[in-house]
Amino acid sequence: MITMLQRLGHVTLRFFEDLGYASLLFIRMILRRPRKIGTALRELIQQLFSVGVFSLPIIILAGIFIGLVVGLQGEHTLNQFGATSALGQLIALSVTRELGPVVTGLLFAGRACSALTAEIGLMKATEQLSSMEMMGVDPLGRILAPRFWAGIISMPLLVIIFDAFAIWGGYLISVKVLGVDSGVFWSNMQDGVSFHSDVLNGIYKAIVFGIVATWIAVYQGYVCVPTAEGIGRSTTRTVVYASLAILALDFILTALMMGGW
Amino acid sequence: MSQEQSTLSKEAYVEIKDLSFSRNDRSIFSDINLDIPQGKITAIMGPSGTGKTTLLRLIGGQLKPAQGAIRVDGQPINTLSRKELFIARRQMGMMFQANSLFTGMSVYENIAFPLRVHTNFNESMIRKLVLMKLEAVGLRGAADLMPNELSGGMSRRVALARAIVLDPKLMMYDEPFTGQDPISLGVLLKLIKELNDSLQMTTIIVSHDVVEVTQIADYIYVVGNSSVLGHGTTEEMQHNQSAEIKQFMHGLPDGPVPFQYPSQVSYQHDLLGED
Repeated sequence: MITMLQRLGHVTLRFFEDLGYASLLFIRMILRRPRKIGTALRELIQQLFSVGVFSLPIIILAGIFIGLVVGLQGEHTLNQFGATSALGQLIALSVTRELGPVVTGLLFAGRACSALTAEIGLMKATEQLSSMEMMGVDPLGRILAPRFWAGIISMPLLVIIFDAFAIWGGYLISVKVLGVDSGVFWSNMQDGVSFHSDVLNGIYKAIVFGIVATWIAVYQGYVCVPTAEGIGRSTTRTVVYASLAILALDFILTALMMGGW
Repeated sequence: MSQEQSTLSKEAYVEIKDLSFSRNDRSIFSDINLDIPQGKITAIMGPSGTGKTTLLRLIGGQLKPAQGAIRVDGQPINTLSRKELFIARRQMGMMFQANSLFTGMSVYENIAFPLRVHTNFNESMIRKLVLMKLEAVGLRGAADLMPNELSGGMSRRVALARAIVLDPKLMMYDEPFTGQDPISLGVLLKLIKELNDSLQMTTIIVSHDVVEVTQIADYIYVVGNSSVLGHGTTEEMQHNQSAEIKQFMHGLPDGPVPFQYPSQVSYQHDLLGED
């Protein structure tokens, strides 16, 4: 019993210790001012390329497939009530409010965040971070911060692209395959979707998911045990924690937004 | 010895006083004292796992001691703020065991990196300095290669060129001779000695390669059992009669550091059981 209590206490203390360190890292990354703006911008653009652009193929493909599936499922259900004219609205609302930010977030965690953790972890294992420190260069500013900001900037942009391709996929299946009238599809979508309460809320979610997922990724990379096994574990942890955080935050944000936020 | 110690102390570039450090409840150092003389090559030697690399990290401020003081060029490294520490490190160069070259950058960019971060030199000046350092380590022709295209010896020389590009006052080498072929070994020995003499820097080499180290070191510390087992000039250490030093310096398989890792039960018991 005492051993169990001891273990519980140890785990709890360890959790708060990790959380405290991760929070300090977060604050440092947010408040950090680059010494040379040009170099910092160049680093950021490089990271936007590897975090954002390299994620594009998977996001576009996933977007199209999600659009196709939602179109099919929606038509199947709406047809029973003779309401297939609302298909455009259904697809757009599902995608912009929920599927866009959540699916993009999960894919982003699996594709970009895992790569970030593995990259930073490997830099730690090969003493690249230590050598940077010994050169008087803080890895926090040079390695962690550009990757963190690139994640935050990339996520909403990826969500916008995902939304566009998902709606296009929905249009293809609804109009070109299932025979829904094109004019009805688009006009109902325009009428039923609010830019502020639907599209923008999805973007806000994307920003929050981007911050949390990238924060988890860079933290896990920075504190990983610098061995092959340690990097593997941290990478897995990043995907698991980031995915769970995205799903939990999605519920909280949706509840807040539906409550009139 | 005592007279020499006091002379060393006056000229010490790195001073370590009553330093204790432990990791996961295991004591690595307990109340150790070291003085690294200015402008000399000092070797920190000892069996594997005795904390030699940890000592370099303590001097570089990457680890904080549990107690004691570390002064580098008069600055209390272990009490500096994060910002002050990063400024102090500009006077230090360190060559890591893993070479630690930035894998996404070419050899040229690796060496230019500290210059780009810490100076406002224009591109032409940076190019000249990088090529001068590469020429010094004999790798000017490899400037455009990527780290994965280099051999182990070449990587180490590039790491060396990068470590000295800002002309540090203190240069630290972590196991520089490990895994090197005889030619690379000779090149590294020559470079470390020449760089120390020509740039008048203070050099610390952490190594367990007795033969190589004794060729260039002016002063040797042997660490083990959480303490300094002995220290002196290279010649003094080679003729030291202390059992621990003698075992290490002459590579004797058995002695105070036993050949057998301690076991809870006897060999006979392990093989034959209770009966």
